[in-house]
Amino acid sequence: MELLQTNLLTPVVLAFVLGAIAARVGSDLRLPDPIYATLSIYLVFAIGLKGGASLSQSSLSEVALPGVAALLLGCATPVWCYALLRRTADLSREDAAALAAHYGSISIVTFMAGIAYLDSIQVEYEGFVPAFAAMLEVPGIAVALFLARRGSGKSSREGLIETLTGRSIVLLTGGLVIGLLSGPEGVEKVSAFFIDPFQGVLALFLLEMGRVASSRLGDLRQSGAVLMAFAIIGPAFHGLLGVALGWLTGLSEGGSFALGILSASASYIAAPAAVRLSLPEANPSVYLTPVLAVTFPFNLTLGIPLFHTFARWFHG
Amino acid sequence: MADPPLHTTRVKLLTVIAEAVLEDRLIRDVKRLGARGFTRSAVTGEGSRGRRVGDVEGANVRLECLVSEEVAERILAELSASYFEHYAAVAFVEDVSVVRGEKYI
Repeated sequence: MELLQTNLLTPVVLAFVLGAIAARVGSDLRLPDPIYATLSIYLVFAIGLKGGASLSQSSLSEVALPGVAALLLGCATPVWCYALLRRTADLSREDAAALAAHYGSISIVTFMAGIAYLDSIQVEYEGFVPAFAAMLEVPGIAVALFLARRGSGKSSREGLIETLTGRSIVLLTGGLVIGLLSGPEGVEKVSAFFIDPFQGVLALFLLEMGRVASSRLGDLRQSGAVLMAFAIIGPAFHGLLGVALGWLTGLSEGGSFALGILSASASYIAAPAAVRLSLPEANPSVYLTPVLAVTFPFNLTLGIPLFHTFARWFHG
Repeated sequence: MADPPLHTTRVKLLTVIAEAVLEDRLIRDVKRLGARGFTRSAVTGEGSRGRRVGDVEGANVRLECLVSEEVAERILAELSASYFEHYAAVAFVEDVSVVRGEKYI
């Protein structure tokens, strides 16, 4: 309960709530598109730099095991999401695969909010965890597209190339490499710009996300109870799994939590673009509404303290 | 002394407005089918597939090309076959007059 309150009363989460309220009351508040795009570039690049600098201080043995666990999780998540949704939610092959791609991939912004939470309660975490974000983002989409297209003879190549060359992957891996090469001293030189204002920029970005999420609320009725339940139970389960794998592979309490929130998050930038290109038959409101209107707010508000509670259990 | 009258040619102005995610594919298609250039702009709007206003909700791209009637028809046929069923997309053709018509057809 205390963790819940700590998380909810941060500028980052409250900015999201403000954005959501503003949209509900019909306010004209919205970030201009170029600013939104600039802020997202800033955020992804900054988290990459920070992760890269920390990666340069870590030994391979520390990183390898949780890295492999993250990769396996990224490949396995879409498989059970797809199987479950096909059986329970009465979805077409394309719609089920589209959702599997979104839940198998990750939302870097959800992850950032989790990291901001750790910083605010001063819990230490392995700084290289952002590297796992890069590893988790692509396999989820690749596996889900494969599931939808197997046996059909149609190619998902374009969607995959779009994911691999999309700005989030290029910036995140690019930032990681730059951080790795320049090390903590190098990153220190740009920290006044990239590290210190990070949470403020994140709050501004979430203001816009609150607006977007709440404008999707009207579509919820069409989604049906099964999908809504999936949009909460799925991420909660993935979060638990991520935390458990983090603990098993030697991550600290903070690190296990970070892998948990990463696993629980669902993509809303990379996956929609790839799915739109490769699975045009899938209905965007079927996959975007649960991700944006349910899972994203759930992770941000309840998921973060929940996964921290899980991490505390595992670490005694 | 009056200037000689400008020599103009009638060509087709083909405009395609579609989901921004299709941008690269559309540019490749119109060039492959004979357009010798294009103008692109980012636009927003609303249609039968809902509002399309931003990155997450989906932005639109607007492509304009000056082409011959034959090329315009080829592009429209390709758009009908590949995009109209599943994507938010609109295309229309207008008659326009241009100077230096040989640049476009």
